[in-house]
Amino acid sequence: MDSIEKKLHEFQKIQELWQRSHWMNDLHPLGKLLVSVLYIFTVVSFGKYEMAPLILMSAYPIFGFIVGELSIRQGIYRMRLILPLVIFVGILNPFFDTDIVLYIGEIGVSGGVISMLTLMLKGFYSVLAAYILIATTSIEKLCQALRMIHVPKIIVIVILLIERYFYIMGEEADRIITAYKLRAPRQNGIHYSAWGTLVGMWLIRSMDRAGIVYESMLLRGFKGDFDQEKIKAKPIDIVYTVTWILIFVIIRHLIAL
Amino acid sequence: MHMADALVSPAVAGTMYVLSTGAAAYSIKQVREENDPKKIPVMGVMGAFVFATQMLNFTIPGTGSSGHLCGGMMLSSLLGPYAGFLTMIGVLLVQCLLFADGGLLALGCNVWNMAFYGCFIGALLIWKPIMKKGATRGKILLASILGCVLTLQLGAFSVTLETLASGITELPFGVFLATMQPIHLAIGFVEGLITAAVLIFVNEARPELLWGVGEEKKESKLSLKTTVIVLGVAAAICGGIVSLFASAFPDGLEWSMEKVAGTTELEARGGAYAIADSIQSATSLLPDYAFKNSEAAAGTSFSGIVGALVVVAILVGACYAFRFFKKKGADQQTV
Repeated sequence: MDSIEKKLHEFQKIQELWQRSHWMNDLHPLGKLLVSVLYIFTVVSFGKYEMAPLILMSAYPIFGFIVGELSIRQGIYRMRLILPLVIFVGILNPFFDTDIVLYIGEIGVSGGVISMLTLMLKGFYSVLAAYILIATTSIEKLCQALRMIHVPKIIVIVILLIERYFYIMGEEADRIITAYKLRAPRQNGIHYSAWGTLVGMWLIRSMDRAGIVYESMLLRGFKGDFDQEKIKAKPIDIVYTVTWILIFVIIRHLIAL
Repeated sequence: MHMADALVSPAVAGTMYVLSTGAAAYSIKQVREENDPKKIPVMGVMGAFVFATQMLNFTIPGTGSSGHLCGGMMLSSLLGPYAGFLTMIGVLLVQCLLFADGGLLALGCNVWNMAFYGCFIGALLIWKPIMKKGATRGKILLASILGCVLTLQLGAFSVTLETLASGITELPFGVFLATMQPIHLAIGFVEGLITAAVLIFVNEARPELLWGVGEEKKESKLSLKTTVIVLGVAAAICGGIVSLFASAFPDGLEWSMEKVAGTTELEARGGAYAIADSIQSATSLLPDYAFKNSEAAAGTSFSGIVGALVVVAILVGACYAFRFFKKKGADQQTV
């Protein structure tokens, strides 16, 4: 499958997850955002040899994937983009840091091996945490949460528009590529002679479309902000957020000691 | 070049968030001052466009591989640096959330490495000066390649620094840098070519869409007097306060000399050296960055301030001299 098709398919799957009826989807977006950011913050704050508490931090992704009924395959698949740099940065640690810091039975494990494993775990956990957040919270709800913490509305509107138009643009890109491939079979990518005209035409069309979008937004009463219904926090939102924060604090400050 | 959360420590992530937030706050202020409500949907649609075009593969002639568009440079040449920067923040956040390309905690780093350099350095220091007197094919090509190469090099360098400062890798600085910079040099060149091809087409079809083209130098917001005062105060702070914290250890050259020769100051014999030494002793007001025959810290501070002021004075003089000779040359040409 082509990379554009793959991304559109991935996006469709996430949209399907937003539509499903699940209690985790109904939790307050600000609570989920807070838990996710604090989780990632806690995970990356562990030292490079602090393997044991890091293993305990798997509690959150385990809960999220099992209770949230999410596909672990999808979660692991999302690692593919960040994995190369993480591997490159960590793979040489065993060669540079050869001091033995841990004995498993009689086998000594070097600091480099431990630091490489903790790096991989940190990368894995943070991707899974972000997936739990986005699989259970739509971009619209996340934008509402961002507005609640006073992220400027211009940034929030731009994010909402990007999300709304990404699919349309992606489909357009897919059609362009299909049409191009039909005219230029057995060619890997777009030939340099067509770089300017092909993308340039599309860009001009997109700019014109932005004008039409603006006019239609004005006709619908756009006054510089999107009116969104306020989401009220329920007791379960507070319990969910506070419980996870307490667990992270306990692992970070009590067990890690 | 998207950084993952695992590659940054909370301290580095926090610092980069603060820096990126500062740049975003300044950009928001600038976009608000422009007061162009039509720009917001353009920013959104263009963000989606850049997002989508980054999924297109462009064949690189003679290599068998492919590249993609340079988002920051493209956006800032169409929307300007400030709107371009805000749009790039949106693109990076959506990429991070929807496709795990980059991390939530590393977002500050990614915004700085990709959006800040691409939009601020690329647009303000490269695109705008080159396009000041109008756009031509050659100028667009030059600005795009130079912009993409330079901003990607800066971005790759920042990735190296941020990762090493986070203390998560044992890779030596040199090895890391030697791996990151050359690959991004090649990527930057290819991305520059693709960006140039698209912008040349836009310039021929709809030149009014390009930002900063044909804008003659506007009156500076800061007068010469204010600029000199600001520079003077900054130099005095750096020289007077920061110099107190200067290391007492030998610098790189002195350290090397100490290792090789056993001393940091080599003795020189001969008439010429003796004459030069006597001239230096007579003219140097603050030998070894202190008052003569004094070890007081005030001497070090004073030396710092004096040194900085002398440098500023030389710089101002050199700039005036440059302007004078340039003007003289232009006058002669018109005659």
